[in-house]
Amino acid sequence: MIPSLHLVAPVFATDPLYAKGIGWIVLLIVLVKVLVVFGALMVSVMLMIWFERKVISDMQSRIGPNRAGPFGIAQTLADGLKLFFKEDLIPDKADRFVFKLAPYLTVIPAFLAFAIVPIGGEVTLFGHTFELQLADPPMGILFLLAVSAIGVYGIMLAGWASGSKYPLLGSVRASAQMISYEAALGMTVVMVVLVTGSLSTRAIVNAQAAHLWQWNAIRLAVVPFLIFFIAVVAETNRPPFDLVEADQELVGGFHTEYSSIRFALFFLAEFMSTITMSAFTVTLFFGGPDGPVPHIPYIAWIFPILWFLGKTLVFLFVFVWLRAALPRLRYDQLMDLGWKKLIPLSLGWLLIVAGFVINGWWGVAMVASVVVGSVLLTRAFSIGSERESTRAVVPQVGLRLWSRAEQQPPTSPTEGGDR
Amino acid sequence: MATPEPPKGRQNFLGGFKLTLEHLGRPPVTRQYPEEKRPKQPRQHGRHVLNKYEDGMEKCIGCELCAGVCPADCIYVRGLDNPPDHPISPGERYGYIYEINFLRCIHCDLCVEACPTEAITESKLMEFSFTNRSDAIYTQEQLIVDDEGKPKHMPWEDWRDGDDLHTSGWMRATSPSGAAAFEGEVQWSGELGFGVRAPEGGQSGNRDDATTGSIPLRETLERHLIPADMPAAKRGPRGAMGRAREKMERFSPGFGKKHRAQAETDYADAKRAGNTERDRLPEVATSADPALSPDAAVTLTGDVTDSGSAS
Repeated sequence: MIPSLHLVAPVFATDPLYAKGIGWIVLLIVLVKVLVVFGALMVSVMLMIWFERKVISDMQSRIGPNRAGPFGIAQTLADGLKLFFKEDLIPDKADRFVFKLAPYLTVIPAFLAFAIVPIGGEVTLFGHTFELQLADPPMGILFLLAVSAIGVYGIMLAGWASGSKYPLLGSVRASAQMISYEAALGMTVVMVVLVTGSLSTRAIVNAQAAHLWQWNAIRLAVVPFLIFFIAVVAETNRPPFDLVEADQELVGGFHTEYSSIRFALFFLAEFMSTITMSAFTVTLFFGGPDGPVPHIPYIAWIFPILWFLGKTLVFLFVFVWLRAALPRLRYDQLMDLGWKKLIPLSLGWLLIVAGFVINGWWGVAMVASVVVGSVLLTRAFSIGSERESTRAVVPQVGLRLWSRAEQQPPTSPTEGGDR
Repeated sequence: MATPEPPKGRQNFLGGFKLTLEHLGRPPVTRQYPEEKRPKQPRQHGRHVLNKYEDGMEKCIGCELCAGVCPADCIYVRGLDNPPDHPISPGERYGYIYEINFLRCIHCDLCVEACPTEAITESKLMEFSFTNRSDAIYTQEQLIVDDEGKPKHMPWEDWRDGDDLHTSGWMRATSPSGAAAFEGEVQWSGELGFGVRAPEGGQSGNRDDATTGSIPLRETLERHLIPADMPAAKRGPRGAMGRAREKMERFSPGFGKKHRAQAETDYADAKRAGNTERDRLPEVATSADPALSPDAAVTLTGDVTDSGSAS
């Protein structure tokens, strides 16, 4: 027994590994798990970058990387090596400490979040039963939200510390985008937590294990899953929500001034969070490692892992597919989608789910109130946009300009926009 | 072929997803270049050649018009009076120094347009990489065609089969003086080894691809068209058969080339025998259009026809 670990033990109380107390073997198992997960994540990021480049090149009728290794599978390795040996530049006006810190603030949370993803079922080794999951804290989902929010700091600070205008614009966009989508994301996660009754990812997965229609995506009637996925794409700054690093407008966005290994870290973090978020989509809505398992002795534990990997791969493909199919949103479109559509929708859906969790009558009442509320909200939106377009509502700053332009009022709202 | 009207606005939100998925199953547009080479374009601008007449006389008369018109200033010509006892060109002078610096040449073909005797033409040879600057300056000995009328093969040039036959395609694809009325009309002199050659594909349908061996752009890119735009012969099982045959050709060179090469030699023989009937391609609407063909055009065309049938 290691006495000091008693302090940590209650946090991991749900994990059967710590049921018999914490000994050296348990510590060894945890260590091996950490190393395996870390290694597997690094390799999977490599493969993900290769996968993305191959799939998108196929979708764009190109060949894609095919020189390094069979089918170009080692292309990422080659790129990484190249970046490693390149000159590391720090701009003159950069805040040196924050500039160096930022990439790690982005990478580490991306790694950390994966720690609570259930990869497989339970395995018994050396008389210890443990879950195929790095950690299963009782407040797992809160951990996810906290950690994914820290990732934003990396991007914000990177842009700010670069001492250059494009990165700054990129990071301003990043913070606005993440804050608006975090709300919708949190709301859908709350729905999952409501129906499960636990914050632990393992409990969420177990609650979905019985049948296909127990999967949260189906149980919550698809909409929360769609909102969650849209929000996740926005959270990971992937197309069509990649305004943060919009090449055409902002050069490279927040990482414009970064080079060499620091740039590689940002790149790594982006793909890492893509994988992590796909894994979370699977965990929260598609039953995680749940799936039919044939009863073959000794290797039965592999099948849940395969199910998990297969499901995750589907969402990774969807990420790439989105990038190939959709053009980038404008900034106002992004904000409209987030604030005017996703947040009201997820709020209403949350109320309905909460109502049905209590009982059917509450559910029906909530549906009615949400319908009434959405009618009112739509009306409010339309009145608002009407008054805005006829200049009935003009901000204080605008009023002064407006009186000057009074002599020749614009004939249409779009014409008046550029005076 | 009527393409369906694309749906407007947000109706087609899912269209992008469908299209990208469809593309997963289609062959890539890009090719792995050094291993797999795309057929050259009908009007490929490659390196120049200096041509000779059928009797072996050089066409160049040393007038330096090409050097004057060259925007990249890459041509250096010096003319000299023909030696009276053994003239090199039929004119008064001949080009005794002729150099083109291919590090400067932009392959605009203005020299070809300017040349009054069709002495300089551009071949389709474009794969050459020099290892030093002096190699890039082609001298007259390197540029001039050999005794069979074919360009000389420099060691650093990468040639494909049949490339040496297409030495004046661009000149024969465009019409003299750029008037559309003359397109496809034979108004050029014969070449050593080839005789008077058939017109290359221009912008009109007035072309003879079987004889000239040129491949239309549409055919080159056919693999990447959407099925509705593909010619019927390239779609479905027929198309698959054709592609398989193409692959065979790539594996065993000469599998399908025989036919083309035979047509070429047949044509050259016919030219020598004076049977120029194939020169007269079916009339197209443009040359009959009075607005496009001035009076001079009519007399010129008439001339060619007359001389053709007289010989």
